[in-house]
Amino acid sequence: MKQVMDPTVPQVGYLKIEPPVAREGDTATIDAKNIYYRQLNEAVRRAYADGAKKVVLENVNGQRYIGNGITGKDLKIEVRGTAGNDMAMFMNGPTVEVFGNAQDGVSNTMNAGTVIVHGDAGDVLGYGMRGGRVFIKGDVGYRVGIHMKAYEGLVPAMVCGGKARDFFGEYMAGGMLVLLGMNSQFEGPLVGGYLGTGMHGGVIYVRGEVEPWQTGKEVGVFEASAEDMAELKPVLEEYCAAQGMDLAEVLSVPFTKLVPVSHRPYGKLYAYT
Amino acid sequence: MPYDIDAVRDFDPRRFREESPFKIHGGCGLMGICDESGSLMGGEIAIRALAIQHDRGNGLGGGFAGYGIYPEFADHFCFHMMYADTAARQNAEEVLGRFFAVDLAEPMPTRAVKGIDDAPLLWRYFLRPDADKLHAGDESAEDFVVHAVMLINGTVDGAFVASSGKNMGAFKGVGYPEEIAHYYRLEEYSAHTWVGHNRFPTNTPGWWGGAHPFTLLDWSIVHNGEISSYGINSRYLEAFGYKCTLGTDTEVAAYLFDLMLRRHKLPLELACKALASPLWTEIDRMPEDEQALLRSLRAVYGPGMLNGPFAIVLGFNGGMVALNDRIKLRPLVAARTGSVLMVASEESAIRAVMPEPDRVWMPKAGEPTIARVSGMDWPIHGDLHLSPSALSCAVTGTEFSCAEETVEVS
Repeated sequence: MKQVMDPTVPQVGYLKIEPPVAREGDTATIDAKNIYYRQLNEAVRRAYADGAKKVVLENVNGQRYIGNGITGKDLKIEVRGTAGNDMAMFMNGPTVEVFGNAQDGVSNTMNAGTVIVHGDAGDVLGYGMRGGRVFIKGDVGYRVGIHMKAYEGLVPAMVCGGKARDFFGEYMAGGMLVLLGMNSQFEGPLVGGYLGTGMHGGVIYVRGEVEPWQTGKEVGVFEASAEDMAELKPVLEEYCAAQGMDLAEVLSVPFTKLVPVSHRPYGKLYAYT
Repeated sequence: MPYDIDAVRDFDPRRFREESPFKIHGGCGLMGICDESGSLMGGEIAIRALAIQHDRGNGLGGGFAGYGIYPEFADHFCFHMMYADTAARQNAEEVLGRFFAVDLAEPMPTRAVKGIDDAPLLWRYFLRPDADKLHAGDESAEDFVVHAVMLINGTVDGAFVASSGKNMGAFKGVGYPEEIAHYYRLEEYSAHTWVGHNRFPTNTPGWWGGAHPFTLLDWSIVHNGEISSYGINSRYLEAFGYKCTLGTDTEVAAYLFDLMLRRHKLPLELACKALASPLWTEIDRMPEDEQALLRSLRAVYGPGMLNGPFAIVLGFNGGMVALNDRIKLRPLVAARTGSVLMVASEESAIRAVMPEPDRVWMPKAGEPTIARVSGMDWPIHGDLHLSPSALSCAVTGTEFSCAEETVEVS
């Protein structure tokens, strides 16, 4: 164990100190090693205020709230390490790229922008997301894409390259949720149970087939038509470009389409008529 | 009250103890690590894993359990005790003296730590059950110890047993886990298995005895979540002689494991299925013999099922098991580097200890993640891979009539 242990991590947890920042052109590089999330995120905002367009965060390990609430279409954040909980929450425009895994609650209520994770992402990914793109390379956890929504021109899209657990797209209200099942460590089916339970808007595409036990009773299951694929293909092109994957291989398996059968599945739940 | 971020920044939740005027972000944090080769790891590993999850707790509870920490007293039952005052100590020692031969009694080694000023008196005892009393009662040494623990916790005012196993101990209290570890000088102990906890109490007050882990004999439990079935679980356990006295829901999980694993000799994986039972709809999709097994398991251990969200780690001499509720309402991540298996609430805790694990994964809800120390007796009578007949004997509680079919641990 001695040889794999990292003795440089402080036994008191993160240190509440300013992180070292190096500036080169419009890129600011911040060493996040052992830095508390508050000081880290303040340094990110300060770098943008000082005119930086791209912020590179080195040695990230579990710091929360990276990229939260930041507005700006041309801003970039590069995360090297394990991104902490609630990354890109309420984010409005920037692109966040994670070279590593992301923990739980990524892109909660995200408004606009792009999140690219070159690894796995945890539970409750894209909760209530209402715009932008989320592209995950590998597996995702439970309750992914629950209550995603869309409004006029704001239509979110999420593509997960691995497998997903239960409650994928639960209570989905809008947008597009895609599951590929390709880059996975999970054994068993490509998605768990309660897929699209309570769904009342938007569309879910799954690469391959789903069985009746996997889906909620509020969704209809169809083979994706040529028209559907025309809608899906541009999103997959973006995904493949971001993740360095082969579009032809992604498209080599037929997709299943899930859409809600009702706009108000529980409209009469509490109505005693 | 208007939400004032600057006030929150300086806010110390410990000033408010049982009720906080603010919503503080959090949710308990836990960790477990086991070197399956049996090599010992210093306590700083457990400290690092929890210190980085500092924000998951609020300073109202932190604790650890280590296995293999007392090799010079490996065959003694070690009692870690908490006393409100000297009178409580005298009364408890009188009970201990009635049950056991006391080979060593000493105050727990501690050091002064800023912020920890309300510690009870902490003592530890290395005990052997009194042979005459043991034979007279015709019970196992373990049952004898359980009786002593229940007697002290239930009847001796101001005295609580923090742990009662062999070659293990629990170190817990009110504070952040890294402070508690510093207080107990945790880095001076080495263990093949560590479990640890950072508490964010929700339903019950933060007090020293109520910090995790909860232990009985070798079992120690750390838990993130809420056991909403506490009432039915504790009533069920009372019928088997367990008394829930510590005021925290997690206590029932420790006793349920003791009941199912030690007394009913259930295989570990099956006990986990009793606590986090597959949904009926999942059982319907299983092969027929598995269906029958799990239907009987749910029927027999219905009152033992844990309802509500949980992630738990059970430590014991011989390994550990991590388990989620069946729809994963609390986080749990696992990783392996060589012979070392580690679980935690966040991946960051794993990488704070082992930056580049061989493999990191998210365990499936209701599926136990198990580490087993090689060469150590599996404390459970039976194996993970029993024959179907042995399994059904275990489930129906007819172990005496099918004793010859029970697979012994090699």
